[in-house]
Amino acid sequence: MPPLLSRADRTERVLIGRPAEEMPRIAPNLCGPSRISHNMAAVKALDDLYGVEPPPAARLIRELEFNAVHIEEVSRFFLDIFGSTIAGPDAALPHIPGILGRVGKDIGLKAINVRKKNRRIMIHLFGKASHPEGGLPGGVSRGVVEQDRDWIREAAAESLEFAQFAIERFKDTVLADKTYFNAMMDDADRLRTCSMAMVDERNEAAVLDGLLRIVDPDGKEYAEFSPGDYARYIGEWQESGSAGSFTYVKPLGWKGMTEGQGTSIYCVGALARLNAADAMQTSLARKEADFMIATLGSRPVHRIPANHWARLIGGLQAAERNAIIAADPLLTSKDIRNMNLRLKGRGVGAVESPNGTLFHDYETDERGIITKAKIIGPDRNNAAALGLYIQKIADAFISGTDVKEGFPDRVVKILQLYDPGIFYHLAPGKAPLSVVIRNSRGEVVREINQQPAR
Amino acid sequence: MSSQFPWKNRPAPEKPKTAIYCLKGCGGCDEAIIDLNEAILEVVDKVDVVLWPMEVDSRYEALESLKEGEIALSIIHGAVCDPEDEKAARLLRAKSRLVLAFGACACFGGMTGLEELRSDQGHAARGERTYPLSKAIKVDYALPGCPPAASLVAEAIGAFMDNQLPPRGATLAPGKALCSACPRNRSKPARMEITRFRRIHEIEADDSCFLAQGVLCLGPVIRSGCGEACIRINLPCRGCFGPAEGVDNTGLNFVSGLASLIGAETDEEIKEVLEGIVDLPGYCYRYSSPRAGLEAIQGGKDHAEDRHQTDRQNDHPDRRAREDRTVPRRRR
Repeated sequence: MPPLLSRADRTERVLIGRPAEEMPRIAPNLCGPSRISHNMAAVKALDDLYGVEPPPAARLIRELEFNAVHIEEVSRFFLDIFGSTIAGPDAALPHIPGILGRVGKDIGLKAINVRKKNRRIMIHLFGKASHPEGGLPGGVSRGVVEQDRDWIREAAAESLEFAQFAIERFKDTVLADKTYFNAMMDDADRLRTCSMAMVDERNEAAVLDGLLRIVDPDGKEYAEFSPGDYARYIGEWQESGSAGSFTYVKPLGWKGMTEGQGTSIYCVGALARLNAADAMQTSLARKEADFMIATLGSRPVHRIPANHWARLIGGLQAAERNAIIAADPLLTSKDIRNMNLRLKGRGVGAVESPNGTLFHDYETDERGIITKAKIIGPDRNNAAALGLYIQKIADAFISGTDVKEGFPDRVVKILQLYDPGIFYHLAPGKAPLSVVIRNSRGEVVREINQQPAR
Repeated sequence: MSSQFPWKNRPAPEKPKTAIYCLKGCGGCDEAIIDLNEAILEVVDKVDVVLWPMEVDSRYEALESLKEGEIALSIIHGAVCDPEDEKAARLLRAKSRLVLAFGACACFGGMTGLEELRSDQGHAARGERTYPLSKAIKVDYALPGCPPAASLVAEAIGAFMDNQLPPRGATLAPGKALCSACPRNRSKPARMEITRFRRIHEIEADDSCFLAQGVLCLGPVIRSGCGEACIRINLPCRGCFGPAEGVDNTGLNFVSGLASLIGAETDEEIKEVLEGIVDLPGYCYRYSSPRAGLEAIQGGKDHAEDRHQTDRQNDHPDRRAREDRTVPRRRR
């Protein structure tokens, strides 16, 4: 597969010349794991492009589908990606039946069932689970009828039960494991940066509708802005020798790879959602978030291994919200499109994908044909924080040209905290990473290559 | 002791080796296989998965040590975009008895080929291309879709496990066009006249035929089998299942049919109607730009020999269908 950082710019090139209303159907197919999030970010960008707000039923339907994505993340803890979290930080990952054997077939089948039920929601409302096709400016293309309410309600209830089980299991198997807990509390994995995430009108964690909020390393609000103003607050810095640019808090200026008060580096993701918001939206998730914060110290939480834990709490909130939406009388309203479309020529949409904030920014001509597209995904939003993290760990592993064993695998663990989909299936020593050490003149003095990934 | 029951000492039959590999793709096809849900446990129990980087710590280079044809079935998805993809595809072909092109990218090239519609910049200008799998290796079966529908995946894997696959060269999806399966088919007027084209966001679509409403829908030329996934959420078909049997070129066939539906007489009237269509190549070739031989149409290199290598097999049903097909008359 292509290098991560090149995906966004290739996607941008493909989108030019296409009708804007087709973006929700094209953008997801070009991107890797965050396909559903790209669909929804495209839909939100279309709302902005056409200056239109969807009716309440359409908002509920969109949120129902998008929450299903966050709930599916919880099932993945037991099916593939997060197997190492349950088994211990250094375990190699066998394939699905192996992991099921590790957690027990009953739990594995429950996870498969929750995944299936939530993907049914995605398919029913947005056409496909792997590549959603649904969503239009001002609403959605398919509504919910009363006959659907029962199975949606059942899916939400099972998801809620499973999310709670997943968190309890996390506490029993991971938090209770001294090795893992000590790793979580190690200062080497503490990264004091700003955090950015979406919040609602009460400054509670949101994933679909709201403003973007940046808090500083002490948790104090630095800025709150609508997605359309992202370019005022998010700058891009091109570091020489780096494959892609680093984003940073623009008004603060690029300060280099520094952490602590005054840094302009920010991170996005599950932990950032807890840090940027005053609280979670729903009661059970709020309680779990409070427990997590108390266990790890205080808000904001800078212990990056806690991202996995925060992800589960986000899934719990999504399940609680879907249980509420499933019971909402407005869900079955036939008013699912606002047709008062006024093409503005530019539209920006933002969503919180499971890995973090995702922006889609389109410009069009007078016919609504894309002339320019920009996508900033969670991998780009986290690139600077990742760089800083790796730099910190490198200081502990590398001295001159001496590289302690295990450095590439340590880097993999860092990458997985921000994007669990990276190399999760690879055993230690197999990740495709090179360590290149240069002297002050830029000359390569040592190179260590692990096997390339295919 | 003589062996009264000789079979008792025979080793248990080996599980057939299977490989699942992604060239350049988005990972959605791997998910489509996992969408077998509980059934996947039965599948992995009955086969020996020697390669599946998405789920198993495995690399294609490790297959070098296998004998030729030792892998019973390789399921390859993603498009061919660079020499590394070709190398991986060729190795899998050499080691496999059967190769299944899985998903729209492997079957037709997929959506990244859209960039080739622009010659001013992008990878087309840099000499990069997106190709279907059949451009690099001989393909035995094709299962289209973006991603392939769960029911068809289950059928295909079931047929392989039961040794019930059709003759080589088959596409493992119905051959008829989507229109034949579309729930809106009954609302298609006997005589259609489009006097105005509209884009999907401009209307609140009702449940009648999209083309009859003036909304572009590739249903007449695209293969069925998807379960009408997009139609059922009130969106027109964009062609991820590729051309139906008898359709040589999605775009040309679609445009030819569309032209016969225009309800206009004079050149000015026709021009006015056609101005409602935007980005026609982007609609027609969203999933199949490379396979459509667009360069041939534009006067460039002839890719005719690249089109579906499996067509040349004597028992290929698509080739027989084309030979039997009569040229449709232009509708008036």
